[in-house]
Amino acid sequence: MTTPYGGELGWHSRYSDARARILGEDAGGHEGVAGLLHGLCSNLTSTLGVMGAAVNLMSDSGSDGVAAASDDRCRDVDELQFTTGEGPCHEAFAARRPVLTPDLRSAAVRGWPGYAPAALSSGVSAVFAFPLHVGGVGFGVLDVYADRAGSLRSEQVTMALTYAQIATEIMLDGALTTAEGDLEPGLSTALDYRAEIYQAQGMVVSDLAVSPAEALTLMRARAFAGDRPLIDLARDILGGYRLPAED
Amino acid sequence: MISNDRLAHAFVEVADTLVDEFDLIDFLHSLADHAADISGASSVGLLLADHDDALHYMAASSAAARHLELFQIQHDEGPCLDCFRTGAPVILSDLSEAVDRWPAFAPRATEAGVRSVHAFPLRLRDQVIGALNVFGEEPLPFEPDDIKIVQAMADVATIAILQARAISSAEILTEQLQGALNSRIVIEQAKGVMARAGDVTVDEAFTALRAYARSHHLRLVDLAHDVVIGKVDLPRP
Repeated sequence: MTTPYGGELGWHSRYSDARARILGEDAGGHEGVAGLLHGLCSNLTSTLGVMGAAVNLMSDSGSDGVAAASDDRCRDVDELQFTTGEGPCHEAFAARRPVLTPDLRSAAVRGWPGYAPAALSSGVSAVFAFPLHVGGVGFGVLDVYADRAGSLRSEQVTMALTYAQIATEIMLDGALTTAEGDLEPGLSTALDYRAEIYQAQGMVVSDLAVSPAEALTLMRARAFAGDRPLIDLARDILGGYRLPAED
Repeated sequence: MISNDRLAHAFVEVADTLVDEFDLIDFLHSLADHAADISGASSVGLLLADHDDALHYMAASSAAARHLELFQIQHDEGPCLDCFRTGAPVILSDLSEAVDRWPAFAPRATEAGVRSVHAFPLRLRDQVIGALNVFGEEPLPFEPDDIKIVQAMADVATIAILQARAISSAEILTEQLQGALNSRIVIEQAKGVMARAGDVTVDEAFTALRAYARSHHLRLVDLAHDVVIGKVDLPRP
């Protein structure tokens, strides 16, 4: 199915060239959605000459997992938006428009006291979030990372928007779920890394008799206070550690 | 031949429909009416193709046009069919010249009082999704500029239809995806709740959950949800 973005000739040839590069590499049609999205992230990274890119699947309650990234480092950086509950993907997804943050050190990112320092420590200086959506229906966000502060040039923004369109097309055209209503296997594997966090979340629900949302908030706060990755805290909880109730 | 005033009015009305709550059939009927009006044709019919590329009647500005569209589908012959297959406009000012081309359709249309037919593809780049048929009770010469104008209306319609389809397809998809994502999450959470409450490993908790769901004829995801919100106290695994 072709998504209808007619318009000036330049846009269309950019779109079909990029699309051919990404989807053409999957000549046999064997790659699942996660594989294609990974190819898209790698391709975008080299085309733009940036640090990396990642696709974050989202719903109204936040990130549901990083479906693909140009490399593991970028996946970990993208995951920071879930572990801190902050970051540009939330606004980009909710408002269905790009959120461009050319300098994570600037005053404007005061709304991210957890996310901004963590991203900077990981070597990220700028982050540009492009929502994946069809009209009002959103799937997630394509995040682009740079290790140097500075705005994207306008042709880079246009290219990123083109890739966001292709990523949306990959999701629309791919099999995301099986007939039984489970996630397609490749996607399932890509998102498996979250399992321990959700299990730990359940344990906190049991320990403290709180809601899952409250449990996650407490876990995030404890990880932030101890300056530890959320996954490390989750593993401690799975090992028997009991989170103290909010004091 | 086509007046600028009527054209401007038609485009404004079409644009209004697109912006408001989009009802596809309503939009297509409105488009057929406007196309008939601006081209001075006696009536207009519209066919759209489904996923298997089979054409279906969608809208017309008159009962007569509707009959002629259905006739073309039934007999697999006619200007709309040619247009759909080639993706190119069919411009025929005098139907009496077309008996060889459409041996079944031409006489039928002539009987219905039609003297000229034109068909415009509903097309975006290499994708043809249907055709718009214009019928005239008199031989209706279409100047090149007139052709461009009606084609432009058809192009606007194509984009609207494809976008409506994309949105509806996306809505279904996102529902399925969210359902699958949410069920994974709640099942992992339930494993955690049960593992802690029962002082067992998450794997043992999962086994107990599945067994309970099976023996009580519950969907695993529904049971998991109830466990997480504290609605169910399972026996210790």
